[in-house]
Amino acid sequence: MKYLKRYKWVILILLLDIIISIFSPSDGGLVFKNTVLNFRTMLAVIPPIFILLGLMDIWVPRETIVKYMGDKSGLLGILLGIFLGAAAAGPLYAAFPVAVMMIKKGAKYSNVITFLGAWSTLKVPMFLFEMSALGLDFAITRWLINIPGIILMGFLVDWMMSHGEKKVVLEAVQKNF
Amino acid sequence: MSFTIITYILAVVGLAASFAKDRKKTKMALKKSYKAFVNIFGDLALVLLLVGLLMTYISPDFIGRFIGEESGVWGIGLASIVGSITLIPGFVAFPLAASLLKQGAGLVPIATFVSTLMMVGVVTLPVEIKYFGRKQTFLRNGLSFIYAIIVALTMGVLLS
Repeated sequence: MKYLKRYKWVILILLLDIIISIFSPSDGGLVFKNTVLNFRTMLAVIPPIFILLGLMDIWVPRETIVKYMGDKSGLLGILLGIFLGAAAAGPLYAAFPVAVMMIKKGAKYSNVITFLGAWSTLKVPMFLFEMSALGLDFAITRWLINIPGIILMGFLVDWMMSHGEKKVVLEAVQKNF
Repeated sequence: MSFTIITYILAVVGLAASFAKDRKKTKMALKKSYKAFVNIFGDLALVLLLVGLLMTYISPDFIGRFIGEESGVWGIGLASIVGSITLIPGFVAFPLAASLLKQGAGLVPIATFVSTLMMVGVVTLPVEIKYFGRKQTFLRNGLSFIYAIIVALTMGVLLS
C-alpha cells in the first residue's frame, strides 16, 4: 500500500502509456523508446554523483564548505558556485542533490542558487556543443550575459526567502540526504 | 559524455581512497547514497515518464513549426513557453535552433527558446519542489524565466 501511494502518479502515467500503445502502436513505440532513453540517461549520470555525495557527507567537514562557500565566503563563494556548476555534466535534476548537500554543509543560500543557475545554463560541455551548432558569437554572448544574471538571481532568491522558509528547506534537505 | 566519465573516475577513486581509510565509514557513505537515491526515485521516475510522453507529442518538428514562424512579441512568448515546458537534450536542441535560424526564424525567439529550455524546467518541478519546497522552486524558475527573456533581447541588440 505504501508503494502504491508513493508511485501513484508513476503508475497512472504507465497506464496512460499502455492505453496509447493499444490505440496507436506506433505512438506507443515512440513513447516507450523515448522513456527508455530518458531512464538510460538518468542511470548513466546519477550513480557517480550520489556516490560522491555520500562520500562528501562523511568525509568533508562542514567547516570546509562554510569556509569556501558559507556566509563569509564573499567573492570566492560566488566564483566557486559558478565554477562547480559550469564544470558539471548532466541534466539539471542531477544538480539538485548536489545543491542539497551544499545547503546541508552550510553553504550560503545565494551561492547555492548561483550554482544551480550555472549548472542550468553555463555548462562547458553544452557550451562547446552550442558553439559548434550556433556559432561562437551566439554561444559566447549568451554565456557572458548569463553570468551577472545568475549571480543576481542568487541574491534575489536569498533575499526573497524568509528565515522561516529557509529553515523549512534545511529540514527537508536533512531528510533527503 | 566525457564529463560523465570524469565523475565516474572521481567516484571510483573516491570510493577506493575512502575504503582504504575506513571501511565502516565507506559503508555508511554508500548507505546514505543509496537512501538518497531511493528517496528521490519516485519523483524522478515521474519526470522521466512525463518527458517520454512530451518528447513523443512535442517533437523537434512540432517545436520548429511553432517557434519558427511567429516573430515579435508573439514569437517570443511562444518560444518562452515551449522552451520552459520541453526538456530536450542539447544535442537535439542546438541543431534544431540552428536549422530554424537558417530557415529565417528571428534571432530573439530562438535565443528565448534556448535560454528558457536550459534555465526553466516545468516538467522537473516535482523533483525540484521535493528537494527545495515550493517557494524556492517557483522563485528560481520565475526569475530564470524573466532573465532568459532579458538575455534573448540583449542578444538581439548585440548580435543583429
